[in-house]
Amino acid sequence: MNKQSPECCGGGETKEQQLLAWIQAHREEKGLALPALQKAQELYGYLPVEAQRIVARALDKPLTEIYGIATFYSQFSLVPKGRNCISVCLGTACYVKGGGRIYELLQQKLGIAGGGCTEDGRFSLDACRCLGCCGMAPVIMINDDVYGNLTGDELDAILSKYE
Amino acid sequence: MYRSYVMVCSGQTCGNTLSDRIAEEFEVQIKLAGLRQEVQVLRGGCLGICGSGPNVAVFPEGTLYSHVKLEDVAELVAEHLLKGKKVNRLLYDENEATNTVRSLSETAFYKKQMRVALRNCGVINPRSIEEYIARDGYAALEKALTRMTPDEVVETVLASGLRGRGGAGFPTGLKWKFASGNRGNVQKYVCCNADEGDPGAFMDRSVLEGDPHTVIEAMAVAAYAIGADTGYVYVRAEYPVAVKHLTLAIEQAKSAGLLGKNIFGTDFSFNLHIKLGAGAFVCGEETALMTSIEGKRGEPHPRPPFPAVKGLFESPTILNNVETLANICPIILNGAEWFSAMGSEKSKGTKVFALGGKIKNTGLVEVPMGTTLREIVEEIGGGIPNGKAFKAAQTGGPSGGCIPASLIDIPIDYDNLLSIGTMMGSGGLIVMDEDTCMVDIAKFFLEFTVEESCGKCTPCRVGTKRLLELLNKITDGRGTMEDLDRIEELAAFIKSNSLCGLGQTAPNPVLSTLRYFRDEYVEHIVHRHCPAGVCRELLQYTIDPVKCHGCTACARACPAHAIVGSPKNPHTIDTAKCIKCGGCIEKCRFDAISRH
Amino acid sequence: MKSEKTKIKSLGDLQRVRTRTLPQLDPAEGGHPRVVVGLATCGIAAGAQGVYDALQTELQQQKMQDVLLLPTGCIGICQFEPVVEVFIPGQPKTTYVRVTPEKAVRIVDQHLKGGNPVAEFTIGARQ
Repeated sequence: MNKQSPECCGGGETKEQQLLAWIQAHREEKGLALPALQKAQELYGYLPVEAQRIVARALDKPLTEIYGIATFYSQFSLVPKGRNCISVCLGTACYVKGGGRIYELLQQKLGIAGGGCTEDGRFSLDACRCLGCCGMAPVIMINDDVYGNLTGDELDAILSKYE
Repeated sequence: MYRSYVMVCSGQTCGNTLSDRIAEEFEVQIKLAGLRQEVQVLRGGCLGICGSGPNVAVFPEGTLYSHVKLEDVAELVAEHLLKGKKVNRLLYDENEATNTVRSLSETAFYKKQMRVALRNCGVINPRSIEEYIARDGYAALEKALTRMTPDEVVETVLASGLRGRGGAGFPTGLKWKFASGNRGNVQKYVCCNADEGDPGAFMDRSVLEGDPHTVIEAMAVAAYAIGADTGYVYVRAEYPVAVKHLTLAIEQAKSAGLLGKNIFGTDFSFNLHIKLGAGAFVCGEETALMTSIEGKRGEPHPRPPFPAVKGLFESPTILNNVETLANICPIILNGAEWFSAMGSEKSKGTKVFALGGKIKNTGLVEVPMGTTLREIVEEIGGGIPNGKAFKAAQTGGPSGGCIPASLIDIPIDYDNLLSIGTMMGSGGLIVMDEDTCMVDIAKFFLEFTVEESCGKCTPCRVGTKRLLELLNKITDGRGTMEDLDRIEELAAFIKSNSLCGLGQTAPNPVLSTLRYFRDEYVEHIVHRHCPAGVCRELLQYTIDPVKCHGCTACARACPAHAIVGSPKNPHTIDTAKCIKCGGCIEKCRFDAISRH
Repeated sequence: MKSEKTKIKSLGDLQRVRTRTLPQLDPAEGGHPRVVVGLATCGIAAGAQGVYDALQTELQQQKMQDVLLLPTGCIGICQFEPVVEVFIPGQPKTTYVRVTPEKAVRIVDQHLKGGNPVAEFTIGARQ
């Protein structure tokens, strides 16, 4: 789950080269299209059409099929994301305990709607499905950090940790 | 079905020889007392109060005896099992350690639990294969490979009565049996469903994070049973810690020779791969999950053919969920009878519930099947906080329904839950109090299914959307009584015509709330009033001028600037501006703001 | 503890690992105190990593190398996270709840070093 995977000797490699190298290294595995798109999103931060085209060519599949996969799964984004991705859990437990209100507060604080990205590219905000931390509801996740038992008052302090 | 179970702790600390002799003595005394048909003696499962061993627990009442000696057994049988009187002098004293220092194992939260699937969670270091082995890890695989035929493994799982813990409760052994034909001649796969998508359930994450080797070992056992050599764990990408621990555990197992070629010196070989999900709830459905492992859009397809015949990459495949697999190794080690002695008549063993929502003790609890909802909510869960009343518990996530307060004494097992219109699901148990609006909850789950419907079949794609629109009409104050009939009609249509489990169960939360809380729907429609004070369009916020101190806290908190008033004078809410967010209520220290 | 090279080929091999590892799992046999921190997602969300780090630093500073500090999975009591459990040979297990880095230091000093459990941090004090 490394954000920057320490691919060896990849100092000067372009994202395209890194992606192709990864696909090459995993050639033998079955069902590679989905993992390849996951790798592409990790490298690019989202799935621009160029990245989808690279995957399609490397796997010898039509772009429509790759696009079909990219749009099926909620993990993938076709538009750029902020440097820090905030996911507000709206699973049952969080919902019952006020997750919706935390989501609204964040929209107000960041001045964006759900699914949007701040103009400076600092944050993007999404609602997400259960993070499995129901005992600490309501929770949010920023990048890979989970914050629980939120009341709303601590949001400013949490946001200030991310640049 | 036995009336009582005597569980003799044979955890590491209780001293195996002594506890074994105590268990044998129980068997002798029970036979002498003529209770052999009524009482079953169980060995195993650390009761978690190792400081006071040897420990003996009597279920279903959950009485715990500590420091039990061989000569105490006759008395326990005569008094407790025969006459139903507890033997006070042997009762476990909660405060024996000191007056205040207590461990988790001694709390009410823990005492009624019986940990089989979670036996290692929170006990071992999940990053150490040695600690897993020290708790009998890989001994089940060794036993299966060297001392059991594949058919015996299948028969043992079948005889144990284990049913799938992921949702519908299909017998696991039967699934294995269907896939077990033609061993050695065809490529087969074993898959683990770790795409825990039900909101409110997190036991699979906990097992993967806290005891990853148990999943690996059980998958190897399953592979041996059906004759597969390759396995896939399909795990949610939203669970980074689980993925990390599982990856590490697979590496450790490989380097120890417990995965790979010729395991335990036999000709059985097994390789295991991880596949990351990409956020699609429908991929929890078995055919969709396999399509997703194949790297495609995770859409389901009709059954038959069933995966046992034609599954992953067109090969016979079995798919088991994480918690199901976590039960496999203890079953192989302790035998089918040990497992089938726990639980209710048709639902054997234990079930892990993720207890959440409006309840004092939130967390993971593992109890024998057949435990009542009351025991879970009141005793283990510690009841509802803030003196509120229990209203309902939701099980089965978006596929399930609600258990109303009137049915709180129902023993929870697969069949009982189905009979009252909900289902076990993966074990999320969300408790709701009087402040929860049942129409809103139905809407919440339907919004979820609308969002997650994959769109392949029309009843699910369009039907759930129309159903949600009807519910929105009701919560917005535009509903009519005829809408209730239309809801029921549409729900029945979606259930019977959808392609996969997602659509077939999507109307359940609506039907179940309508069944038990019809009054609440009617109240929304006829009086345009939400009794729980949740449905925003039907609410009115007012400030009681007598209670208001004019502290201005609410006015400052109001995002819509809808509250006016000068300091130290009662404030008022401009209902035209009010967005009904409820922020003011949370800020008011004088209980002056009310919501109807 | 690292034994990457050991191949496990038989019941005997399993038993050897078991015999070697049991003392670390069960302080009554090993004579070493064992401290586990719940480092599953819920625990981490509640700040358990900071607690783990604080325990590690304090144990190092107090030169208490004989204490085994280990991560563990979900103990099951979400609302009490972060949870730390202390096992000392000859004593009942102690469960500390809602532990902070500051509390962690006191647990090391008062309980592990001084032998007196910090009653007010235990689960009993919270019930």
